Amino acid sequence: MRPVILAFSAAIAVLAIAAPTPAAHADSDQVVIGDIDDLSGVYADIIGPGGVDAMNMAISDFGGTVLGKKIVTLVADHLNKPDIGAAKFREWADQNGLNMVLGGSNTGVNIAMSKVAAEKKIPFISIGAAGASLTNKDCTAYTVHYAYDTTSLANGTASTIVKNGGKTWFYLTADYAFGTQLQNAASTVVKANGGKNVGAVRVPLGTADFSSFLLQAQGSGAEVLGLANAGADFSNSLKAANEFGITKTMHPAALLAFISDINGLGLPTAQGLYLTTGWYWDLNDDTRAFAKRFFDKRNREPTMTQAAYYSATMNYLKAVQAAGTTDPDKVMAVLKSTKINDMFAKGGYIRADGVMVHDMYVMQVKTPDESKYPWDYYKVIRTMRGEEAFGPITGLCPLAKP
Amino acid sequence: MTAIFGVPVVVILGQLTLGLVNGSFYALLSLGLAVIFGLLGVVNFAHGAFYMLGAYAAVLGLDWLGIDYWLALFLAPAVVALIGIAVERLLLRHLYKLDPLYGLLLTFGLAVMAEGSLLQFFGSSGQSYPVPPALQGALNLGFMYLPIYRAWVILASLAVCLTTWFVIERTRLGATLRAANENAPLVQAFGVNVPFIVTATFGGGVALAALAGVLSAPIIQVSPLMGSSLVIVVFAVVVIGGMGSILGSIVSGLALGVIEGFTKVIYPEASNIVVFAIMALVLVVRPAGLFGKG
Repeated sequence: MRPVILAFSAAIAVLAIAAPTPAAHADSDQVVIGDIDDLSGVYADIIGPGGVDAMNMAISDFGGTVLGKKIVTLVADHLNKPDIGAAKFREWADQNGLNMVLGGSNTGVNIAMSKVAAEKKIPFISIGAAGASLTNKDCTAYTVHYAYDTTSLANGTASTIVKNGGKTWFYLTADYAFGTQLQNAASTVVKANGGKNVGAVRVPLGTADFSSFLLQAQGSGAEVLGLANAGADFSNSLKAANEFGITKTMHPAALLAFISDINGLGLPTAQGLYLTTGWYWDLNDDTRAFAKRFFDKRNREPTMTQAAYYSATMNYLKAVQAAGTTDPDKVMAVLKSTKINDMFAKGGYIRADGVMVHDMYVMQVKTPDESKYPWDYYKVIRTMRGEEAFGPITGLCPLAKP
Repeated sequence: MTAIFGVPVVVILGQLTLGLVNGSFYALLSLGLAVIFGLLGVVNFAHGAFYMLGAYAAVLGLDWLGIDYWLALFLAPAVVALIGIAVERLLLRHLYKLDPLYGLLLTFGLAVMAEGSLLQFFGSSGQSYPVPPALQGALNLGFMYLPIYRAWVILASLAVCLTTWFVIERTRLGATLRAANENAPLVQAFGVNVPFIVTATFGGGVALAALAGVLSAPIIQVSPLMGSSLVIVVFAVVVIGGMGSILGSIVSGLALGVIEGFTKVIYPEASNIVVFAIMALVLVVRPAGLFGKG
């Protein structure tokens, strides 16, 4: 038995060592941008190394310097552990003269990082996390939630499906902060539109076989299978739903799916799915131009969150330029009073509670016949105005009164 | 509708069947681990990575060379076994004289390297592998629709498990293997090439992991990290069955698949820890495992 116990300890020890950090010293001649994300785990395709490239593209397009100071970057892998994410943030703030952090995937880690942002007064642009609590009960004066959130996903996908006749819902929910927030948001939208929530099962993160849960979903008699999960969980639950013929009697709803997931599943499995996204590479000439540059680097089309990494970095640097300083309060004031107009968002703006309000798109995954070229995966069903997508100010964040 | 403890019988039968499917994977994987540990004394933490490589060999074989599922069932384990043999001959071999911890750390390191490299090349979102045409569709069992492919998984893995058990426990070849483990110098003195046997055994254990990978490819998303969480569960299965016990790993693999399946109905949130709770209990009551000697 001893070797096994030792093995577990060894495994934990190895996993606890974060990726090395490039050296950068507290230096007023530099503007330091950090990226804390899942670089090697299940969410690595959603932003990951591609996000680092997108961030660097923005810095290089901006010219590499701002206010005469060199722009340097720090990158860390949070390994989906909130304590590691928060510790890296704090370390950089204390030792490396950190000016801004881009928050990658994982709601739990982002909530932990937002506490450090408030404590250290450092602008924190959360991009990969879905949980809307980042801009309500967990909001801070320095948090911006940039790309999408659970509210906008539910307002897009759930309301579209209810209006198309999918009235009764059963949820497969990832059993952590993100999954429950997503399920709650979807349930609220379903109910508000006259639908009914008949049940849910909370599935441990990283479950490989979903068939037991799917049989329970089928037994509920609901018309819609709400998948309140992400990444590999989403792919594996949808695959099993297809295999067990559950998609013949229930309509699956992807409450959060990225284009990297659809690419991994393939159109034969994913076709017909409704999903909501804040950005798609093939929307217009601007998005295609960015996508082409990104594709040349990574041989994949960018996800919405990778595009958001570029946009957030660029707009932060523009705000620093406009404010004439990296002072966090002054930069936040500029960010919150300037419209965002670029390839990511048209007429976007950052609300007092930190939500970056911008148009969201309800998409349907194309059939293999409809798809004409590589990565031609989505057709736009509906464009939601930002105000509709992100909803009114909730009042849960003390910074913003409804 | 008939019910036991308030759960309808059809639900129980359905979950029992699904549990057997998952149990088949646990059995196949823990069997390979048990063979390697029982005959070589190596705690192979790279087992999950070999399982993943088996699945990738099938995916890449299909994408690049057009090798179909049936051929992949044989070729993928063979290719991955060759990798395993290289690992044994070039690396593991030098550690036999040291504490088992060294072999464990080596295999763990190799697993991390393999997963990291594939992540770099193929990304984390993984690839899909189609169900072979002959096994598409579903069987109506009366209480549930069982995809034919899942039924095939149960049959195939049971056949492989029982064959392996028979070879090791009931044949002359198996007797030689076990003897080489007990007293290598003596067996060597009888003219048996023990280092060759050790290499072949490691290759065989690795091939079992790779076979499980091929079998799972049409069911789950093939991704570089698919083996990393599974290997921990499989280790728990081996501990419960008794380290190195061939029959123990098969029986406890199937049983734990079923228990886990019922947990998914009764209290889903606990389904990822129930195996470890049982492991803790077994370690307290019977530290050598249910089928272990000692």
